[in-house]
Amino acid sequence: MLEIKNLHVKLEDEDKVILKGMNLTVETGKVHAIMGPNGSGKSTMSYVLSGRDGYEVTDGSAKLGDTELLDLEPEERAAAGLFLAFQYPVEIPGVGNMTFLRTALNAQRKARGEEELSAGEFLKLVRAKAKTLKIDADMLKRPVNVGFSGGEKKRNEILQMAMLEPKMCILDETDSGLDVDAMRLVADGVNALRSPDRSFLVITHYQRLLDHIKPDVVHIMADGRILQTGGPELALEVEKNGYAEILAAHGLTEAK
Amino acid sequence: MTQETDIREGVDRETVETVQNMGSYKYGWETEIEMEYAPKGISEEIVRLISQKNDEPEWMLEWRLQAYARWVEMKEPEWALLDLPKIDYQDLYYYARPKSMVEKPKSLDEVDPKLLATYEKLGIPLKEQMILAGVEGAENINLEERQVAVDAVFDSVSVGTTFKEKLAEAGVIFCSISEAIKEHPELVKKYLGSVVPQTDNYFATLNSACFSDGSFVYVPPGTRCPMELSTYFRINAENTGQFERTLIVCDKGAYVSYLEGCTAPKRDTAQLHAAVVEIVILEDAEVKYSTVQNWFPGDEEGKGGIYNFVTKRADCREPRAKVMWTQVETGSAITWKYPSCILRGDDSSGEFYSIAIANNYQQADTGTKMVHLGKNTRSRIVSKGISAGQAQNTYRGLVSMHPRAKNSRNYTQCDSLLIGDKCGAHTVPYIEVKNNSSRVEHEATTSKVDDDQLFYCRARGVGEEEAVALVVNGFCRDVLQALPMEFAMEAQSLVAISLEGSVG
Repeated sequence: MLEIKNLHVKLEDEDKVILKGMNLTVETGKVHAIMGPNGSGKSTMSYVLSGRDGYEVTDGSAKLGDTELLDLEPEERAAAGLFLAFQYPVEIPGVGNMTFLRTALNAQRKARGEEELSAGEFLKLVRAKAKTLKIDADMLKRPVNVGFSGGEKKRNEILQMAMLEPKMCILDETDSGLDVDAMRLVADGVNALRSPDRSFLVITHYQRLLDHIKPDVVHIMADGRILQTGGPELALEVEKNGYAEILAAHGLTEAK
Repeated sequence: MTQETDIREGVDRETVETVQNMGSYKYGWETEIEMEYAPKGISEEIVRLISQKNDEPEWMLEWRLQAYARWVEMKEPEWALLDLPKIDYQDLYYYARPKSMVEKPKSLDEVDPKLLATYEKLGIPLKEQMILAGVEGAENINLEERQVAVDAVFDSVSVGTTFKEKLAEAGVIFCSISEAIKEHPELVKKYLGSVVPQTDNYFATLNSACFSDGSFVYVPPGTRCPMELSTYFRINAENTGQFERTLIVCDKGAYVSYLEGCTAPKRDTAQLHAAVVEIVILEDAEVKYSTVQNWFPGDEEGKGGIYNFVTKRADCREPRAKVMWTQVETGSAITWKYPSCILRGDDSSGEFYSIAIANNYQQADTGTKMVHLGKNTRSRIVSKGISAGQAQNTYRGLVSMHPRAKNSRNYTQCDSLLIGDKCGAHTVPYIEVKNNSSRVEHEATTSKVDDDQLFYCRARGVGEEEAVALVVNGFCRDVLQALPMEFAMEAQSLVAISLEGSVG
């Protein structure tokens, strides 16, 4: 599904190198988790994959199926089936959540040469999805993320994911800023979207999210690359012992 | 949630298609039609000629001549924040009409097919096209359920008004002003120039001398106008100025909602448009006036375009009269326009909602005047200015509380949005308070289109230009909501179209 090879990325305006030869393969239908200390390049990776400005790819590739993502505009990546659940979802004053969802969905459908949904069809779909995710109808009417609580914002990301039905979902610290109950709601939403055709890459600092969203594979990332890969037990190990041991094994120190 | 609110909330599917399928100015084509012109330039003879072409009574000619005599003494105003090119007033045609309109056509076959095609292109349905083209009897054709009566002005003349008979049943008069001068002289005599005097300002005075046509509305006491009224202005002929005059009188306890739309072909040379709109509102009456102004804005290098100098004023003449101006100004190379409210009657109220978009080399200096004369009068101003490219966009507004206007209130909100770093936004509020029981509030913000917002939209699959349109439509939401349904849709797509090429 997703294949990142030897990805090198620096900041566009500075000489700071962030990703230093990252390799990662996520198979179709699998859930991978990436953990790592602050500043390891996890969020940068998610932004680079989705096409945000400000980064320069100096080497490497990132393919979604047969498509080279790095050649595409952000909207083309989305239409190709990539979805990034933002760590900090953005507020768009005056734009209704419904309008936003419909515009996005129809833009993607159009880009893929599919028929756009009529207002009626869309309404039916969004109501059904919202119900499954236990999202209040009121949240659909409000402007995108404006005045939303932390939990509502993250659930809104999951609703977008449910509506857009991407092949590859990246969750960038979706658990940050959430209390236990909100985290469970978000995790339930994600679990409801798991399917044999859909892959997930869950970026997190904490093992606790992985109690709810059970990963198939866990990667430890630091210094702009994947240091170690293992099963769910790797996350538990990190939870218990911290990153120090793994970092030391690669000649890195934690305070970096 | 209904479909209606869905559409009002932001950009809808049609908008998106419109943006993607359209060039930068949709109405830029011209109709090749045989025209009858008066000689170029303005003089007493031309004023007499226009009056004669319209078959006007003597008093109307006198009125025009008085205005002309005053105009030659006047100077162009210079206070606006506009880089005004020199306009040669003698190098313009002041009167042009399609030849086919000299004699009223008897059937659709006799109508110049190009005139019909023009309206078809503009999206006006066929039966209305027939009526607009002046086919006699077309009004009696079984009309489907339509809610908007249209008066269309093509260059200098009104080419037809629809639904006259249905309106007449309700006692509403809706016709071209030239017709009103002949058919309803008592009303025109009483109200013409009573809100915007002949000598009001340079452009209004020029208009008073040489206006060729326009619309007239009279809503009798206690009548709620059964449908929305609409005037459609189009400048087609080259080097032609359009000077239309609109007069709306809403009698005691009456209500009318009026829509105005404007387009013009793409041309290298600038064209002048100097209109006057006067609205008289009597006791307990209410008028809503909505404009979607989409005159040709000039090309990407700032060549051509319409110079739009418009005087619009509503007089809430008696107690509890209400007026609401809503404008979406996306076109014109230069916009000089301040729809105003004279709040004369006690407890009268005025509202002004405005979206002004300036892209490329467009210049807009627009706003409103709220003149509080009566007690307990209320006014509200919501202005959204969007600047992109090299454009300059100024909000200029006056709020004046006169000594007698006790316990009056005003609330003003001016928001400016900048796209790119070569454009400018300016806010020039004038506030005069001459009594100590009134309250005036002014809030202003200036912001840039946020990269994070655009990236968020794009990461969801929305293309860059559509993302800008979405964010800008959100910014304008308060004003879009004040527009009638049909116009809200059109306005949303216009917002998108006028910002094309403003990013990337």
